[in-house]
Amino acid sequence: MIKVDHLSKSFGPKDSFGGKVKAVDHISFEVAEGENLILLGTSGCGKTTTLKMINRLIEPTSGKVFINGNNIMAQPPEILRRGIGYVLQNNGLFPHYTVAENIAIVPQLLKWDVKKTERRVSELLEKLHLDKSYLKVYPNELSGGQQQRVGLARALVADPPVLLMDEPFGALDNVTRSKIHAEFKALNELKRKTIIMVTHDVQEAFDLGDRICLMDKGKIIQNGTPTELLFKPVNAFVIDFLKEQRLQLEFKALRLNDIWKYLPPPSKGGTFEAHDGLISDASFWSAIERFKFIKTEHLHIKHQQKDEYRSAGFEELMSAFYQYKKQQPHE
Amino acid sequence: MNEQQQTLWQFMAQQSDKLLTQTLQHIGLTFISLIIAVIIGLPLGILIARKRKLSGSVLGVAGILQTIPSIALLGFMIPLLGIGAKPAIVALLLYALLPIIRNTYTGITGVDGAVKEAAVAMGMSKWQILFKVELPLAMPVILAGIRTATVINVGVATLASYIAAGGLGEFIFGGISLNNTNMILAGAIPAALLAILFDFLLSTLQHLNLKKLKTAAAILPMLLIIFACFYFIPSAYGGKLTAGFTPEFMGRQDGNLGLQSKYGLKIHTIVISDAVMYKACFEKELDVISGYSTDGRLKAYGLVVLDDDKKIFPPYYAAPIVRDDALKKFPDLEPTLNMLSGKINDSVMTDLNYRTDYLHQSPERVAKDFLMAHNLYRPERGGSAGIVRIGSKIFGEQYILASMYTMLIKGYTDYDVATKTGLGGTKICFDALINNQIDLYPEYTGTGLLAILQPLQKEIDAVAGDKEKTYTYVKNEFEKRYKIKWLQPIGFNNAYALMMRKKQAGDLGVKTISNLKQYLERK
Repeated sequence: MIKVDHLSKSFGPKDSFGGKVKAVDHISFEVAEGENLILLGTSGCGKTTTLKMINRLIEPTSGKVFINGNNIMAQPPEILRRGIGYVLQNNGLFPHYTVAENIAIVPQLLKWDVKKTERRVSELLEKLHLDKSYLKVYPNELSGGQQQRVGLARALVADPPVLLMDEPFGALDNVTRSKIHAEFKALNELKRKTIIMVTHDVQEAFDLGDRICLMDKGKIIQNGTPTELLFKPVNAFVIDFLKEQRLQLEFKALRLNDIWKYLPPPSKGGTFEAHDGLISDASFWSAIERFKFIKTEHLHIKHQQKDEYRSAGFEELMSAFYQYKKQQPHE
Repeated sequence: MNEQQQTLWQFMAQQSDKLLTQTLQHIGLTFISLIIAVIIGLPLGILIARKRKLSGSVLGVAGILQTIPSIALLGFMIPLLGIGAKPAIVALLLYALLPIIRNTYTGITGVDGAVKEAAVAMGMSKWQILFKVELPLAMPVILAGIRTATVINVGVATLASYIAAGGLGEFIFGGISLNNTNMILAGAIPAALLAILFDFLLSTLQHLNLKKLKTAAAILPMLLIIFACFYFIPSAYGGKLTAGFTPEFMGRQDGNLGLQSKYGLKIHTIVISDAVMYKACFEKELDVISGYSTDGRLKAYGLVVLDDDKKIFPPYYAAPIVRDDALKKFPDLEPTLNMLSGKINDSVMTDLNYRTDYLHQSPERVAKDFLMAHNLYRPERGGSAGIVRIGSKIFGEQYILASMYTMLIKGYTDYDVATKTGLGGTKICFDALINNQIDLYPEYTGTGLLAILQPLQKEIDAVAGDKEKTYTYVKNEFEKRYKIKWLQPIGFNNAYALMMRKKQAGDLGVKTISNLKQYLERK
C-alpha cells in the first residue's frame, strides 16, 4: 500500500564537513493495506519528518514514496493531501470554524454537495461518541479529548484509504488517552485504513501498532511486530529503549498463541464456556487480568485455528511465560 | 471683543454650516486615506509575512515615514502634489501605513502553526489558506492596526487645513491665529469626539466573536467607502476662480467676513496656511489669495494687489512708536527717526522684503544699501551720550526697519544703540516698550487700533476706512493712555490685501475688489 524507498531529508546549513544535518537518512519500509505502522523514537529521531514527507508537508531531499504504486510526486500536493487523512498532536482545529465546519473542510475542498456532507458528518459524530449538540460549537468550548475526536473525524470524513497521525494522543492526560485508545481500536472505520502513526510513547506503540519501526538519528533500528521487538531485539539500543516497561510490554505483546505449547491440556471434566473462557488470540495480559475478575482456579483457553483447548491456573500461566522467554535469544 | 463673550454653543450654532462641512471633510479625509492605506498595507503585510526577509526593510521604511513630523511631511508633499486634498491624503496614508502593515504581518505570523499545518495537510491551496485561515484568524489584530491608523489619521487630518484640504483644522488654526477660544474648541472638540467614536466603533468590531467577524469583514469596506465619500459632498460645488485665505483672514471682520458683507463677494474659498499660499497662487492652484501688501513674495511670484475700493481693510501704516520719556531723554531722537518718513512706499518695502526673504540678503545689508541710495547713510560717530534700545517683531520687514534706525541714530547722533529684535509678537513688543525694556519699535496703525487699543466697533468703523483718521486716532489715544508717541509714518501700508497673478488679473481686467466681484457674477 505505502512504500517508502531510500527516503532522506537534510536540514539547515552545511556543517564543517560540508554535509548537512540529516534528519532522515536513507530509510525504507513498506506498510501493507489495513496495517497500522508505528514510527517510534525519541524527539529528533526523524519520525515526524518521515511522516510529513508522505503527504509532502516536507519535501524529501532524496528517495521516493509510493502509495498504491503511484509516486506521490506525480500529482500536485494539494490533490495528494486531500486523499490522505492527517491528525496532529495539537489537533489543529480551526478556531473560527464550528465543529461541523471543521469536519466538513475536506468535503468542501472536494466540492461535495451539502446533504452528503451533513450525512457523513453526523455519521462520524455518532461513531466517535460525540453528541450532535456539539455541531454548532467552537473547538475552544470542547475538552481535549473531544477536540482530538473532532480532529480524527476531520481526517476520516472523506474516507481516505491512508491515515497519517502525528502523536495524535500526545496532548491528552492518561485517563483520557487510554479511553481514546480503546475507542480507537474498536472503531471499524479504522480497521480498513492503512495507518502510519508517530509516537514517542512506548506503551501506545505496543498498544496500537501492528508493526513498529523503532527509529534513532534518522535511521530505522528495527522494524517488526511488538513481539519481535521484545523477544528478538536486533541490538542493545532496542533492548535499552524498551527496558523500563519491559515486563508490562511483554505481558501485553505476548499472545496466548505464542505460549500455546507450554500450556497444560484441560483437566478432566473441564469444558470451554464462552463466558469465562478466552480465545488464544488474546494477550497474556488479558489472561492474567481474568484472574482478577473471575473467581476461578483455572482458565479455559480455546485455540481457534487448531480447535484445541488448554486450561491453566495462575502459576501455570506464569511458568509458561518463563519457559517461552527462555527459548528466546538471551538479553 | 464682543465675539469673545459668546458661548461655545452659540458659536457652534452660528457656524453650524461650516462645522458640518468641516466635519464631513474631516471624516472623508480620514477614511479616503485609510482605504488607500489598507489597499496598500494589507497586501504588503501579507507579502512580508510570506517573505520574512523583506519584513525588516518594509517595516523599517514605514517606521521612518511615521517619524517624519506631520507638518514637514505635508510640506514635502506640496512640491510633488501641490495643495489641496491630494497631498493631504498621501501624507495621511503614509502615516496610516505602519500600523496596518505591522499588524497584518504580526497577525498572520501569529496564526497557530498547528492550524496552518492542518490547513496545508488537508489539501488547501495557498490562497485558500490565506482567505479561509490566515486572514480570518489575523483579523482581530489587523483590525487593531486599522483602529490605530484611524485614530492617528483623525488627529493628523487637523493639519490638512494648512494645505487647503479642509477639515476641522480650519477652525482650530483659525482660532489660534485669532485668539478665539470658541473657534479652537469648535474644531478641537468634534475632532476629539470623532477619534473617540471611530475608536469605539472599531473596537466593537474587533471584539465581535469569530462568527460575526465574517459579516463584519464584509461591512467594513462598505462603511469605509461611505465615510470616504463625505469628502466629496462639500467639495461638489466650485466656481470660476478659487480663493485661498488664511484661517485668520477667514474669521476677521477686516477679512473674509468684510468681503462678504461689504462687497458681497462670493467666491469658492479654501483655507490654507500663509506659508504655502503665495506659491500655490503662483502655481495656479489658487487664483485669489489674502496676503500682506508688502510681502516680498508678492514680487517673487509676480502677484498684484487688488485695490480695496470700499476700504474694508484698515490701514496698517508703519511708524516708529516711542515712549515720551525716551524722547525727552534723547532730544535728537525724534528728528533722526523722522528722516525715514515718507521715504518708503509699498513697492519699495515689497522690494526690500523680497531681497531679504528671497534673495536671502541680510537685513543690515538691505538697510545700508537703501540708505546709501537715498544719501541718508553716514558712518558711525561712535558716540556715547546714552544707549537707545530698539525693538522689533519677528519678521523680515521689522528687522530691516530696526537696522535702518540703528544706522541713522549711530550716524546722525551721539547715541549708541542696543537692538532687541525678534520679539515674538505685538503683545511682547508693546509690553517691552511700556515696561521700559526698549525705547521704540516700528508699529502699524491697524495693529495699534485693533490689537492694542481695541475700541468699540462703531469707533473702529468711524476711523478705519481712512488712513489719516486712523493715524490721528491711535496717536491721540496712545498719548492719552500710555504716554507713547507715534512719530511720522514711514510711508508704506502693510495691510491685508487680496492679490492675484498679474497676468490673470490683466487678462480678466480685474483691478479692484469690486471688479473681481463683477467678474465672478458675470456668467
